[in-house]
Amino acid sequence: MMEKMIFGRYIPADSIAHRMDPRAKLIFVFAFIAIIFIADDVWGYLIAAVFTYASIKLSGLSLRFLISGLKPVMILIAFTFLLQLFFAREGNIVLELGFIKIYEEGIRQAFFISMRFTLLVFMTSLLTLTTTPISITDGLESLLNPLKKIKFPAHELALMMSIALRFIPTLMDETDKIMKAQMARGSDMSSGPLKDRVKAIVPLMIPLFVNAFKRAEDLATAMEVRGYRGGEGRTKYRLLVWQARDTLALLSLIILAGALTAFRFWI
Amino acid sequence: MRNMISLQNITFKYPGTEIEVLKNVSISVKEGEWTAIVGHNGSGKSTLAKLMNGLYFPEQGYVTIADIELNKDTVWDTRRHIGMVFQNPDNQFVGTTVQDDVAFGLENHGIPQEVMVERVQTALKQVKMDDFLDQEPHHLSGGQKQRVAMASVLALRPDIIILDEATSMLDPAGRAEVIELVRELKREEDMTVLSITHDLEEAAKADRIIVMNQGEVYREGTPEEIFALGQELVALGLDLPFPLKMAHVLNEKGIPLERKPLTEEELVNELWTSFLSK
Ligand SMILES: Nc1ncnc2c1ncn2[C@@H]1O[C@H](COP(=O)(O)OP(=O)(O)OP(=O)(O)O)[C@@H](O)[C@H]1O
Ligand SMILES: [Mg+2]
Repeated sequence: MMEKMIFGRYIPADSIAHRMDPRAKLIFVFAFIAIIFIADDVWGYLIAAVFTYASIKLSGLSLRFLISGLKPVMILIAFTFLLQLFFAREGNIVLELGFIKIYEEGIRQAFFISMRFTLLVFMTSLLTLTTTPISITDGLESLLNPLKKIKFPAHELALMMSIALRFIPTLMDETDKIMKAQMARGSDMSSGPLKDRVKAIVPLMIPLFVNAFKRAEDLATAMEVRGYRGGEGRTKYRLLVWQARDTLALLSLIILAGALTAFRFWI
Repeated sequence: MRNMISLQNITFKYPGTEIEVLKNVSISVKEGEWTAIVGHNGSGKSTLAKLMNGLYFPEQGYVTIADIELNKDTVWDTRRHIGMVFQNPDNQFVGTTVQDDVAFGLENHGIPQEVMVERVQTALKQVKMDDFLDQEPHHLSGGQKQRVAMASVLALRPDIIILDEATSMLDPAGRAEVIELVRELKREEDMTVLSITHDLEEAAKADRIIVMNQGEVYREGTPEEIFALGQELVALGLDLPFPLKMAHVLNEKGIPLERKPLTEEELVNELWTSFLSK
């Protein structure tokens, strides 16, 4: 199941969404998260759902792929749906089965909350599915850049993120190696009482940490001899280019916000 | 020829320690020369490299890089002249992909983007890694990662390359790859090369060898002169190259060779020509 899980993964392809500027995508997703809260009736959610479906289409991914890839999250959403259905106690009773009473408001709430949750998960997944982690980092750095004026370490944060991303596979490999080495010495990490299993992790974590510090030191030296002296005066290899489609994407959001507001307050 | 690296009477202790890891060391490396530094573990080789790059400053003595005296004010200027490749292929790979890694140093030096793109391409072509632009480090072999590290150095166009045991974590094929690359670069770009190594076969390819022992320069000379020391080197904790060991054993068995062979080719030639004359 983990292989099929797509939460946080990048799927290379050549679609409009893939080619968008990461800054536009970040703003898009964060704004969408805020805008979705305007919707409070069936029409509002229907519009938001259509909007999300169109975004999925523009990313070259299929709805089925998203749903099957996000199965664990979908199960969570189904669970929230049931919780809302059974525990909201407002409005008229629609259905009564023994001690279970389902209220009108319960149906409304359950539907809206799970709908909102689903759309949010789809949209944020679209971001990570169509953007490499390094582009997300670049986009974040660029968006946070103005905050440098108030001493916010935008460059350092982005560099830390990119180094962390770079070293995740390396450290995973290393964990695997150490685990095998400990297992060859008779350590058992996958069975026995919880207490013993936790204890077996200690001899795994210690060499991992010691090595990670050693790596960090080597890396710092390597960076320094290649002339790294902080963000000041650095140029960027990866250029972010804002294009017409990025502006259009954000305009479409404004239209969505307008439509949702109209439905909520006037129609 | 001018000295690209020169250390004069260097004495050094690591901050907070009492042991002098370098004692009155003087070394110089000439322009366009390939110098190898050999010595047992802990003899101070890596420390020398760190002093050349201003990662530490000596207690006594001077370091001069390309005619600039190294001190806290000039350290960033001298670093522009030196490229360094280290032992662990993983721990010096900063970027998330091959091209990002090569670009990292260029970004630091504020090179304009268009120039960067071109320099990344050229450097990767030089090390024959231009087909791997978007490859992530964990999908590369150790030898390939070291070649990317070389490209990162080359993109910065230094005059001097320092290799601190850059081949020691590679398999024989990876090792040969990197050494061959250094040789080519030296020939084509006229680079000054300083290679720190345990591998005397690698050192045999240099123009000059410096032997370090317990923080001091023990001997300095051409590979022939150094290998003529024979068992003295073994006593210093070094492992002789195979052809020399072979010659030594043959000598003990009563088959003396006329010349001491440093490479396998020389050994083979020596062997069959010896037979011819008999
Ligand atoms: N950061 C440090 N702090 C304190 N002492 C150190 C530090 N790095 C090295 N040393 C000590 O300095 C001495 C020389 O170390 P150095 O790394 O220069 O040796 P080396 O010749 O490169 O050895 P190797 O062949 O193992 O790489 C050693 O005794 C070592 O323990
Ligand atoms: Mg060393």
